[in-house]
Amino acid sequence: MKKIVIREEYCIGCRLCEIHCLVQHSKSKEIIKAYKGEYPKPMSRVRVEQLHHLSFAMQCRHCEDAPCLEACLSGAMHRDKKTGAVLCDEDKCVGCWMCIMVCPFGVIERNTEGKKIASKCDLCTGQEKPVCVKNCPNEAIVYEE
Amino acid sequence: MKNNSKYLIIGNSVAAVACVESIRRTDAEGSITLVSDETYHTYSRPLISYLLGGKIGPERMFYRDNNFYTENNVNAILGKKAVKIDADKKTVVLNDGSELGYEKLMISTGGTPIVPDMPGVKSSGVFTFTTWDDTNNIKEYIEKNKVKKAVVIGGGLIGLKATEALLALDIKVTILELADRILAATFDKKASAIIGSELEKVGCAVITNNTVTKINAAKTGAKNIKEVVLKNKKKIPAEILIVAIGVRPNIEFLKSSGIKTNRGIVVDDKMQSSLKDVYAAGDCCEAKEFLSGLPQVIAIWPSAARQGRIAGNNMAGGTEKYTGNLAKNSVELCGVPTISVGLTDTTKEKALEVIEVYEPENLIYRKVVIRNNKIVGIVFVGNITRAGIYTGLIKDGVDISSFRSHILKEDFGLISLPKEYRKHLVSGAGIEV
Repeated sequence: MKKIVIREEYCIGCRLCEIHCLVQHSKSKEIIKAYKGEYPKPMSRVRVEQLHHLSFAMQCRHCEDAPCLEACLSGAMHRDKKTGAVLCDEDKCVGCWMCIMVCPFGVIERNTEGKKIASKCDLCTGQEKPVCVKNCPNEAIVYEE
Repeated sequence: MKNNSKYLIIGNSVAAVACVESIRRTDAEGSITLVSDETYHTYSRPLISYLLGGKIGPERMFYRDNNFYTENNVNAILGKKAVKIDADKKTVVLNDGSELGYEKLMISTGGTPIVPDMPGVKSSGVFTFTTWDDTNNIKEYIEKNKVKKAVVIGGGLIGLKATEALLALDIKVTILELADRILAATFDKKASAIIGSELEKVGCAVITNNTVTKINAAKTGAKNIKEVVLKNKKKIPAEILIVAIGVRPNIEFLKSSGIKTNRGIVVDDKMQSSLKDVYAAGDCCEAKEFLSGLPQVIAIWPSAARQGRIAGNNMAGGTEKYTGNLAKNSVELCGVPTISVGLTDTTKEKALEVIEVYEPENLIYRKVVIRNNKIVGIVFVGNITRAGIYTGLIKDGVDISSFRSHILKEDFGLISLPKEYRKHLVSGAGIEV
């Protein structure tokens, strides 16, 4: 399957990926509304980690052997049969946070503004390329087979 | 007539489901029969507290699609109980007298709630809380008797989740805990205190170092429970009583089988029991504990899922091995998320070191337990951000010397970890840093 490959040596820490991700996962898909006028507030599913001169964008690795799938007690966390992506069915999720407890990448977050749900990268379902990759100015994340 | 199948699974919870899926990954054809004394499709037992509290409806109890059995070609016998296994004849006898033959058997019968023997324990209104049927019975009783006051015995996870559900139904709850604090098995004192005081804020009484010795019921009618009498003779009115002091492996029916058991069924790294071709997984078995290497029953969902998968793989001729049980619990109580993993009790071993952040006024407590420069446990209350990174460090036994001072900093992340470990983590399956 196609996955997002992280190239930390190219990341300039601009955090544009976070902004595009948040907007993509908003209702309006408009930046000002997404940041200032939506409830529940949309969240970015990618996180830029930064330490001194090093930085990289980190999002769900869509693991082959995904511990979150095994830990999920509601059946919300599932693997998409077509794409192989690990997705969270937000209607099923009860917010038990078992996935957060077991994800070694720490890329699942609590979204508690509305109904409590686990928030994670969905590889921008329906898009040809995840928006974080598409909008990265320095190809620090690339989408590859 | 004997009904033979290649794979026979007793049980229908997560270990059984994971076993089915695991078998089907390598063997698409071999016949699978599954037996369960419950009549339900694949439902999630941990969701019963959400169901009781009205957070979800019955339709959301199922964690697999309703074509799960057909899609995996499973002959599911629901509503019948396995009462005996005969490992020489390779058969399992059900409560209706029928006999099922097997080539490979998997036992995942889970746990049975412990109910202490005490006067009045058979009164109406005394319940345990582990199954969907329990939930339905409790709900029906509450509605019929317009219950407004409840007592819960046991301040562990099941007791507290039951409490939360009862509170959501506008029922006043008193929790009785024999230990000196709630959540004594998974939490330390500071973590217990935060949740304890939150429970009290929402009107729940928490009584520790005490338990029920007698139940008084109405003398007439349905003999409904009226009150409980405590160890110190104090009486507490109770219109319903939930007994949640723990579960024990459900292995009574195996007595005549010759299978080796301690507290639970003894298994090896392949989840095979002392009997040839008989495997066990989940809350009924006693697998190797991850940190100590010693056998221990750890009744948690993710372990059951993994054990079921390992059992299924080996039953179908695979060679996967179980790396061990690591105690881990995630539970949100009174809106405060909590996660505990591994060794959390630091009072019994001098060599353990602790790094912690403690802000009770903000309901935040984060503790990391260290032994020989490796993390062996965490307790996070109020802020569980990226807890899984720590779980991963425990499992991989990573030396923390190079990032120790950073370990509970807000920006702690993969970037704090040694480069080789970080690259190892995110590489594989076509991913490289």
